[in-house]
Amino acid sequence: MSALEVRDLTKRFPIGGALMRSQVHAVEDVTFELRPGTITALVGESGSGKSTVARLLAHLYAPSAGAVLFEGNDVARVRRRRDVLRYRSQVQIIFQDPFASLNPVKTIRHHVERPLRIHGIVPRGQVAERAHELLRTVGLVPPEEVAAKYPHELSGGQRQRVAIARALAVEPKVVLADEPISMLDVSIRIGILNLMLKLKEERGIAFLYVTHDLASARYVADDILVMYAGQIVESGPIEQVLAAPLHPYTRLLLAAVPDPAGKPGRIEPRKGLASAAVDPPEGCRFVGRCPIAIDVCSRVTPPLVEAEPAQAARCHVTAPST
Amino acid sequence: MTAVAEEPVVTRTTGTALLELRQLVVEYGSGPKRVRAVDGVDLEIRPGEILGLAGESGCGKTTVANAAMQILRPPARLVSGSVLFRGDDLVRKSAEELRRFRWRNISMVFQSAMNALNPVMRVGDQFVDAMRAHERIDRRRSLARAGELLEVVGIDRRRLRAYPHELSGGMRQRVIIAMALSLNPELVILDEPTTALDVVVQREILQQVEALKQDFGFAVLFITHDLSLLLEFTDRIAIMYAGEIVEEAPAARLATSAQHPYTQGLLQSFPPLTGPLTRMAGIPGAPPDLRDPPSGCRFHPRCPHCLPERAGLYLRQTSERPVLREVAPGHRVACHLVEEGAA
Repeated sequence: MSALEVRDLTKRFPIGGALMRSQVHAVEDVTFELRPGTITALVGESGSGKSTVARLLAHLYAPSAGAVLFEGNDVARVRRRRDVLRYRSQVQIIFQDPFASLNPVKTIRHHVERPLRIHGIVPRGQVAERAHELLRTVGLVPPEEVAAKYPHELSGGQRQRVAIARALAVEPKVVLADEPISMLDVSIRIGILNLMLKLKEERGIAFLYVTHDLASARYVADDILVMYAGQIVESGPIEQVLAAPLHPYTRLLLAAVPDPAGKPGRIEPRKGLASAAVDPPEGCRFVGRCPIAIDVCSRVTPPLVEAEPAQAARCHVTAPST
Repeated sequence: MTAVAEEPVVTRTTGTALLELRQLVVEYGSGPKRVRAVDGVDLEIRPGEILGLAGESGCGKTTVANAAMQILRPPARLVSGSVLFRGDDLVRKSAEELRRFRWRNISMVFQSAMNALNPVMRVGDQFVDAMRAHERIDRRRSLARAGELLEVVGIDRRRLRAYPHELSGGMRQRVIIAMALSLNPELVILDEPTTALDVVVQREILQQVEALKQDFGFAVLFITHDLSLLLEFTDRIAIMYAGEIVEEAPAARLATSAQHPYTQGLLQSFPPLTGPLTRMAGIPGAPPDLRDPPSGCRFHPRCPHCLPERAGLYLRQTSERPVLREVAPGHRVACHLVEEGAA
């Protein structure tokens, strides 16, 4: 059973002027599902399209093509305000910057109680009590004291916890966490990751964890999706993928991450270009940087092929389609 | 330049250090609202070594670098301490002496350095400017040297004709690193040089810095919040917390035998990419507000070993500032716990 299903999701952004019109294929043919009580990591470098996927799922952008299925309905096409509101109450998003996502002139109480009132989650008389409960859930204690504060009185980690409490207020089935820890101090990041693990276990929430940090992805996630230039190039159970990656890009990423526990890796400096997603020609988008490319790679776009049980990759060499 | 107060100025080094910071104190602002961002930092960098300086945002690590370069600007001001470069106290140098000194002897790469390039000037011309500000060298020869340096950092020398916007962020950052090396400095300060970049680009750049160090023999002060990066790329690491150095050790030793609870907590904050996974603890609480730092050991409100039950120790932890003491050759720790053997 899936909490959210994504099929062939595609988003193109036009760039350039009237004469030199180009398109960024920010997200192309992305297919995956989020399951209850599961954390799925969406990993890739900046510009790979990972945040665009999260924003598409949050109904902040309309897709160019493809479907987002929630409880059997294609919500990508939902337009009526009431339906959008209902969807958003079930699928919440948390952003990278906890400094920007809270209103500086409103108290924490306001932020957490507002969704409770708007979506009518609890009777009016119980709003305050529920807000305290939510703050306690995300580790902000004592809740009465925290609720009375303003965002600037909290640390970055505490603000991100407020953002999470606010997302939880509407009892969502799905939470999209877009780089939730990358702007936080190192010593408090693990606390937020542990909170995600707790919420997944206790509330059965389906998380999409968008990140560029493979080590934190391994720490929290069950499954991984690796994105490169708008496409998913590898997917599967995270331990399996990291232990035996199929796609050369996944291998490159793994070699590049500093790992205190492992041996220092060395990588070959890149030859290719950064913007492989602008007006991409037919063929594999990684071909310019690929150490194992063969003839066909620059001519035919490789499909996502399940080469190992539950593990799929977009590579003519390591995951050939038969 | 601010005069050195209180402490007597010592202008002799112990001999081996390239750069030596002694009892550095830097404050931001003045009056009751002033913040002591760096509070009594001692640090030594030897010729040819890579020293890592790790800490969270606001711990003072960048302020230390700015003080070393003598580029503190108001509201920051050096309250006391000395910055000795080969025994010469930079604090007492004139602005003109410092201008000649920077880039030639110490150069610095900032986190957002890639945005420091002049957008309307070709990359090559910017090299020429920087070099000719410090050396008698003609345009042709400086361009030739700039070309060599670009190749060294993995960029085609034809890119000298490019404007900054034609290069990616990683390439611009490499251009800045090449520029920082253009006058053959003895010390290069890298302040979060790769934080804004992707991991793949980050590793490419750091590999190049390592190789360049082999060839040119400069020393590096590498500042970052990413301890896992330092463990891999540095010889020695100093850990900063709330304006103080709390631990300092050879990188290999720090990885296995960190003694300060803060260092241990930091190491526990980076999940491993390989090997077994356990639920990690991180560090409870948040870094302190330096406008009102905790009494005693500044880490005590977050320290898992600071317990009221151990009354004697607790009193020291909450009232007395620990000082750095050597626990093994080259390994110094500032912690009451370690001092009393109660860790």
